Amino acid sequence: MAAPTIEPEAESGTAPAPGSTRGGLGDKLSRLLYARPKLRLTALLTLPLAWLGVLYIGSLILLFITAFWTTDTFTSKVIPAFTLENFIEILTVQAYQLTALRTIGIALAVTVLCAVLALPLGFYMAKVASPRMRAVLAIGITLPLWAGYLVKVFSWRITFMSGGPLDWLLAPLGMTGPGYGTTALVITLAYLWFPYMAVPVYSAFRQIPDNLFDASSDLGAKAWSTVRTVAIPLLKPAFIAGSIFTFSLSLGDYIAAQFVGGKTQVIGTVIASNINLNPPLAAAFGTVPIVVVVLYLFLARKSGALKQL
Amino acid sequence: MQATATSATTAPDGTAATATPAISLRQVVKTFGDFTAVQGLDLDIQQGEFFSLLGPSGSGKTTVLRMIAGFELPSSGRIDLAGRDVTRKAPFERDVNTVFQDYALFPHLSVAQNVEYGLKLRKTPRTERRKLVAEALEMIRLPQVADRLPSQLSGGQRQRVALARALVLRPQVLLLDEPLGALDKQLREQMQVELKQIQRTVGITFVFVTHDQEEALTLSDRVAVFNDGVVEQVGTPEDLYERPGSRFVASFLGNTNLVEGALAKQLTGSEALLSIRPERIHVRRLDEPVDSDGLSTVEAVIEEIIYTGPSTRYVARTAGGQHLIVQEQNDSRASGAQRGDRVRLQWSSRFNYTV
Repeated sequence: MAAPTIEPEAESGTAPAPGSTRGGLGDKLSRLLYARPKLRLTALLTLPLAWLGVLYIGSLILLFITAFWTTDTFTSKVIPAFTLENFIEILTVQAYQLTALRTIGIALAVTVLCAVLALPLGFYMAKVASPRMRAVLAIGITLPLWAGYLVKVFSWRITFMSGGPLDWLLAPLGMTGPGYGTTALVITLAYLWFPYMAVPVYSAFRQIPDNLFDASSDLGAKAWSTVRTVAIPLLKPAFIAGSIFTFSLSLGDYIAAQFVGGKTQVIGTVIASNINLNPPLAAAFGTVPIVVVVLYLFLARKSGALKQL
Repeated sequence: MQATATSATTAPDGTAATATPAISLRQVVKTFGDFTAVQGLDLDIQQGEFFSLLGPSGSGKTTVLRMIAGFELPSSGRIDLAGRDVTRKAPFERDVNTVFQDYALFPHLSVAQNVEYGLKLRKTPRTERRKLVAEALEMIRLPQVADRLPSQLSGGQRQRVALARALVLRPQVLLLDEPLGALDKQLREQMQVELKQIQRTVGITFVFVTHDQEEALTLSDRVAVFNDGVVEQVGTPEDLYERPGSRFVASFLGNTNLVEGALAKQLTGSEALLSIRPERIHVRRLDEPVDSDGLSTVEAVIEEIIYTGPSTRYVARTAGGQHLIVQEQNDSRASGAQRGDRVRLQWSSRFNYTV
């Protein structure tokens, strides 16, 4: 009996009834968008889609189209005439083949090096370290992301310099540093991209319950068996996620190669040296890392690891 | 047959005492920084026993289990398994297997692969492995889930798979760390029966950690009651319930009335602490004829009545101000006492147990 008489009273108290008094432009717009879901979606996505479409995909399409054009050998002017010559050249000339294979090899080496370092570090951080030590290491790992790219590459150039810090450090052991070359390039790239591997591996390690390691040991496994049969399978998605970054970033790099690579030619340096002389050839060569990365992503997807990204 | 051992070091009856204990702990201490989890523990667990480590959380029982398994090394002391010193040995060097509290099944392996894991490490031949896995899954009555992943199983099924994974290796000792804790009441009771049956069939020593006193009493041949890192008492469930060795044991296992001082003196002639179980006390009306032969009698006022289905619980207050809890079966002999009634509480004097 009492309830129906009280309710209208409460409503007519302080707050105005919804939809009756407010009529500013913002309110009108909100009301309009509320009633029209499609308009709402358009307003939401126009800008990001334009950004993606024009700047990302558009530029890639341009690159791809350019790859089928040719240049005037004397003036280096681009002639927009369809030809497959550029692709035939990079697929048949041995120097290009070797450069592509070398680059893929370097990217794989960088990826493996990062993974091998990330595994014990991730274990220590996730399972052994105190919270304080964990924070210190987390900062340490992500430190390379904070400094400018050129600064980091340049510091490695100084490190590997002939008679530089590394040579000086190794001298008492009767050794010298590797000098500028493929080894220095792999080390530098691994340093640059390590955070992209270490962070996912560490966070995946944190998600593995401790007692799985206890259980493995309890059932008779020694440490290495546990790593092989429990840790690595459970960390596989993290390794793949990390490797997508380390692999594709290494594949595309050319500044590090120029600074510490010595005479080592990679896809990036070949593109860089052709970009003014023969842009269509550079464009054709530029599609190689894209194709390789797409293939890599396809394989990663098959393994089911991309679901975790 | 279990004898009535009342201290941690007393062995059970003659036959068991001459055999080598399955597990023997001597002066085992475990500290974590400033915190002493286990202090100077001596414990013998016999072959084929269902032995429970019972105590509240933080009492050290799980630490003891983890030291037997080898996950933790004792700070000092010695642990023998079947007469062999394993104090400093790694878990994979000990012939014990563990069923973990949250099962610890490998999420990336199927049920069959989980059960097969330990056999593979022992390099058991493939055909033999298959046979043993099939038998183990048969034993836990789950042959149909062999190819499923642990995430596709119910809690009770995971529990049983964890049991199969540990038992398939035929260890000397099976350690169970609150294995039923995550299950709901009904499933837990069903699993208790199954556990007991499996233990009887395989004849392996079971060491069972639990904080649930009812579970420990129901399942165990013997129980060690832990409190603050020490064992308060070791004994059969009956020992612990009927003849508790300390105030802690008396109150941790079931409900009890702890009586001391004047009332104790009135009942036994001594002021020492008494334990009287609530279900041993009867409520009699004051006008009923007094029969005092071998009986203890106290007059009291009913202050509170709690109906619990099969029984009714009374809180009564004696003239001296002592509260006594009485649990009365709701059968034809129920007193039907009301709140505020003056009643006579009566029980056989042999239930006055001096702690």
